[in-house]
This record gives sequence, C-alpha cells and structure tokens, in this order.
Amino acid sequence: MRYVDEFRDAQLGQALAAEILAAADPGRPLKLMEICGGHTHSIYKYSLGDLLPASVELVHGPGCPVCVIPMGRVDDGIALARTDGLIFTCFGDMLRVPGSEQTLLDAKAQGADVRMVYSPLDALAIARNNPDREVVFFAIGFETTAPSTALTLRRAKAEGMANFTCMCNHVTIVPPLRALLESPDLRLDGFVGPGHVCTIVGTRLFEFIPADYGRPIVISGFEPLDILQSILMLVRQRQDGRCEVENQYTRVVPRDGNPRALEVMAEVFELRPHFEWRGLGSIPHSALGLSEAYREFDAEQRFDVPGVSVADPKACQCGEVLKGVIKPWECRVFGTACTPEHAIGTCMVSPEGACAAYYNYGRLAAPKQAV
Amino acid sequence: MCLAIPGQVVELIDADNQLATVDVVGVRRSVNVSLLADEDGGVAPGDWVLIHVGFALSRVDEDEARATLRLLAEMGEHYEQELEELKASAIE
Repeated sequence: MRYVDEFRDAQLGQALAAEILAAADPGRPLKLMEICGGHTHSIYKYSLGDLLPASVELVHGPGCPVCVIPMGRVDDGIALARTDGLIFTCFGDMLRVPGSEQTLLDAKAQGADVRMVYSPLDALAIARNNPDREVVFFAIGFETTAPSTALTLRRAKAEGMANFTCMCNHVTIVPPLRALLESPDLRLDGFVGPGHVCTIVGTRLFEFIPADYGRPIVISGFEPLDILQSILMLVRQRQDGRCEVENQYTRVVPRDGNPRALEVMAEVFELRPHFEWRGLGSIPHSALGLSEAYREFDAEQRFDVPGVSVADPKACQCGEVLKGVIKPWECRVFGTACTPEHAIGTCMVSPEGACAAYYNYGRLAAPKQAV
Repeated sequence: MCLAIPGQVVELIDADNQLATVDVVGVRRSVNVSLLADEDGGVAPGDWVLIHVGFALSRVDEDEARATLRLLAEMGEHYEQELEELKASAIE
C-alpha cells in the first residue's frame, strides 16, 4: 500500500476496497484481466492489487501497442530506415524496442535518419518540408491511435504528397481477446475494458464478450478510483448473477464510439489476412493494412521491405505475460537479464508494459501471495 | 504515445484542416480537432479536450480535465517525456 496514500481521495479508495471485500465471495475466486496497458501502469503505481481481497486477482492483458510489435516488424522498420536518403519517423516509444539484432536507436546511432515524432501529422510536416526525400511513418497502436494515422493519410492524399508513406502496424483489440478467451491456458472471469479505445469504437464492440463467452466487462477510466470502481462493478455482476457490458467511464465513452473516426478508418484501412503478434503468434484479421484507395501511401508497396518473421527470443516470456498466464516477476529473465535499461522483451520497454510497470513500482513492495 | 492529455482550446486556426491552438499546461500547440467536428457544432474556445498523438479524442468537462492532469503529474518521468515530445510538435 505504499502508493495508495498518494492518490487523491485515498479514503474513497479504501471505501471502495471495503465494498469489494464485502461483495466478493471468498469461495469463488475471480480472475479479472485489465486489457489496457494504461490500466496496468496505474494498478502497479498505486498498488491497487494490495487493496483487493485474496479472492480477486488481476491479470494483465495484451493492450500495450508497443509490447505486441514482433521483432520481424522492427527488423523491417530498421531495414527501411537504412534506405539511402530516407527519413524514418516513429513515436519515441518505438526507438528502444529490440529487433533481432538492433533497435531503431542503434540504427540512428549508425547514421540512419530516424526521427521521433509526437504525431503522424508531424511526420507529414517533415515530408512537406523535405520534398526531395522519402519520408516513412512507422504507425503503431490500437483503435485509439489508428484514426490519427487515417486522418493524416487522408490529408496527405488531399495534398497529393508524393514522398510520404506509412508502414502500418495498427492492430485491433478484439481478435487477441477472442484468442485469449479460447485459450486453454487461462480461465478469465471478467475484464476491465479499455477506456480510450472505447471513445473510438464505443462499448458496443465488446458485447461479444458476454454474448459469446459469458464473461462480463466493465469499460473503465484511468484514475485509481475508476479502476477500483470498475472492479467493484465486476464483483457485483457476479454477486447478482449478471453478465453484461457496463460502462464506468460514461463521462468520456459513448456506446457507439466516434462515427467520424470509424468512417475514416473504414476509408483508409482494410483488415490484413493475418498479423504476427509478439508472444501471441499469428492471429487472423487482427491488424490493419492500407486499403486499395491508399495503396500509393503504403511503404510496404513502395519499398522493398524484407518481410522477415523472427521467432521471439527463447529466454523472454513476454507472450505468457501478455496473455496473463504468468506475472512479470515469474519470467526467468525479469530484473536480471531483462531490465528497462537493457530490455530483452517489449513488456520491459514500454512504460505501459506489465514488466516495466512492475519493475518500476511493484518490485519495491513485497510480492503479493498468489491466489 | 499511449497517454491522452487534457488541454483547453484557445482558437480554431485552420477550419479547412480542422486545426486548433490548444493550451496544454501552458504549452500552446496545434491539434487536429476533426474527430469532434460535428459534435454540437465542433469545438469552441474554452472547451477541454483529451489529446492523443496530436488529435483531440473527446471532449471532457473541466473537473475531469483537472483530475486527469493531477493524475498525469503523479506519473513523473513518463508524463514529462510525453510533454517534451508535445513541445517538439510542429503540426501545420
């Protein structure tokens, strides 16, 4: 409970914890997955797990866009970045993600023109200001981020930009969740749902979880109190014998999402037949490529991208961490060979990764007894 | 890149490209507001919005915005990094 005093309304947090304790059935343990890496970060930072009774366990899900990028895509990005005269742009979080031999930061140190951007629109501005050079934007992210790339490409097309392309690595959240729900490795009893993704896709997208799999989900905000309240809502669904999509984050999330975002995504993207995920393997229809109408902006069409597929490092257990099968500290290289400074796995690179969050916050407290 | 940071709309500067100047803890940068374009006539000066990678994702009320800013400030280094990246942004 080291950090719990730091968050505002700590008393409200204690009150919610007491309600969870009162509502939880000690004889029927609940294993709940928080899907979003932002939630994972808050859970460790505020030691929310310590506020929960032993019968309520949190496991961490696959919703960290940096964590799920496979090494092959990083290697492809590095190969592109080394193209003569090319400017390669990406979010800062990608720079330290290990490929099979190097990171993008290593490639930059060796002379590749790799530039960190805050927004895809910054990448477009770089292209506008360097008309004689090819500029590639390495796009990553779930549905929260994909509309930004789509709107940027729509503008590039409207302006007739000839030197701007996108290497698209956008992924969608439903297919990995279905894969997890169908996995024999893990039995989940409910989900804390991703608030920001739902501002785009709405809560409707998650109705398959109760309908097809008989599990509840509560879409949650990002404050510690939001997360505790969402957990309480899940515990109450169990208590009442209900199983549905509930929205704790109603102050931001509408049921139908953002129609303008969904429209531009449908125009610019199409589902890839399959996509490789770090740790989860190849999942059909789980990622976005550029649609026929935007093929001229597809870096994978314009350049000779190797398209390599690289197995995850043997020592690294990111896959099991991303599936919630093991906790970060149960990985054999956690905190020894794999640290934020010298990461082997992606979960240790991204601040939203479960391993980095636990390394930075959780490991300082005594590990909680497994349920 | 995974954070959504609240900011307050100062003015719409480019109606065609749906760009607005937004104040994020004292830093003024251009942000694309087209995702909120048709909602009650689009954003107006004084509105609070959640910003993600240079795009306004949703409108929030002032209490929500201030609560989120407090939470982000507690994140420390990760949030500082995001703000530095935002400061370097030059969306046109």
